[in-house]
Amino acid sequence: MSKENFLKASLGKKLVMGITGLFLITFLVVHVSLNACIFVNDGGVLFNEGAHFMSHNFFIRVMEIVLFAGIFTHMIQALILTLHNKKARPVAYAVNNGAANSKWYSRSMGVLGSLLLIFFVVHWANFWIPTKVAVFNGEEHNTFENMKAVFSKEYFVAIYMVGVISLCYHLLHGFPSAFQTLGLNNKKYTPMLKTAGAIFSIVVCTLFAAMPITMYLGIIK
Amino acid sequence: MSGNMNLTLKVWKQKNKDAKGALETYQVKGISPDMSFLEMFDVLNEQLITEGKDPIAFDHDCREGICGMCSMYINGRPHGPVKGVTTCQLHMRSFKDGDTIVVEPWRSAAFPVVKDLAVNRSAFDRVIAAGGFVSVNTGNAKDANNILINKDDADDAFNAAACIGCGACVATCKNGSAMLFVSAKVSQLALLPQGQIEKEARVLNMVNQMDEEGFGACSVTGACEIECPKGISLENIARMNREFIGANATKK
Repeated sequence: MSKENFLKASLGKKLVMGITGLFLITFLVVHVSLNACIFVNDGGVLFNEGAHFMSHNFFIRVMEIVLFAGIFTHMIQALILTLHNKKARPVAYAVNNGAANSKWYSRSMGVLGSLLLIFFVVHWANFWIPTKVAVFNGEEHNTFENMKAVFSKEYFVAIYMVGVISLCYHLLHGFPSAFQTLGLNNKKYTPMLKTAGAIFSIVVCTLFAAMPITMYLGIIK
Repeated sequence: MSGNMNLTLKVWKQKNKDAKGALETYQVKGISPDMSFLEMFDVLNEQLITEGKDPIAFDHDCREGICGMCSMYINGRPHGPVKGVTTCQLHMRSFKDGDTIVVEPWRSAAFPVVKDLAVNRSAFDRVIAAGGFVSVNTGNAKDANNILINKDDADDAFNAAACIGCGACVATCKNGSAMLFVSAKVSQLALLPQGQIEKEARVLNMVNQMDEEGFGACSVTGACEIECPKGISLENIARMNREFIGANATKK
């Protein structure tokens, strides 16, 4: 078998999903850590310093390209796998009791991922594009004020809540499952990974959710 | 006898592979709670034959839970609501008088319906033929226990070998994936010294055949492990993933 066949195999495709998924998880750590700077409540001084570093550092700029490559690979591979999986069951069951043997979110990764994609489009339009425009024009972008403006609107807060909840369930299944796909499953580490994954998903998503809420309520100003 | 049940059955009827099937409704009366699910179907079929109607085709063989032939999707679950059993070991005491029970065949592109509830599972045979074997020299039988095997590995290999190839994992998987079956068949040999010679070719060829048969990919929902009548563990799928990565990394 050639290298080409590795990615043609269903196991190879799942491996790509697992590796890109874990990479995207490491990005979330960076993203949530930096954004959590707003909770210092210093009018965004610390946060804007961090945001300035992120939009001007060479290494981060390169990683941004890798990040987008990771996101799109994860998405395209998911689409290919979903189409392949749909073909594997051309006739649906009249009665299917999925709840009897699996979690709803483990069966809904495609739907959750699609919700995340819609959220990302809004999210990029809100923050990523204005930052890029400012950097391109050589202006200083006040990301903190940008956040306050976006999160003053109820509908954006609502969209961000849907995004964060989708992310939480996507991670709850994706985090431990990525390790299973990479071949790690034993009686000692798997329960630990599941617990770590659940804690990670809930902590990261609670922090993300707290940002629009505290800004909307005027707690962070 | 008191305690006997009257039931409404909605059973998938399909003339052949290419015909369009549909659920048909049947009434059965006086079913003993001690009957197995298949015996209840025997009663129904006798009734249908007496009435001059076409009996329902369904697979069954040993009727003691070890052959894996009986393949009914009962009320949305393979082999019905009881954990760790095949359809022949499901008894009518798991149902109540007046219940409506929906019975469908395994739904998978790789398992075409032959007739009614009987599906063709020879895709599994082709996966086995692709690599589920070990090579041995002919001649006198070797002494038993000649090769020492670690107890944990022997246990894991035995547990994987408990797979009866019933296809419940494929039937219940939202992706129609055969990963639990194929990984059990890879594992039972990969864990033992006798299986090392074909180790790399085995996993590559069996995965390749699995994909070619049109089975889906693994989403790690864990449904297969819950529905498996023999309790085959997801650990086998992780082991097959390791074998697959290793074989790809080291192949010539």
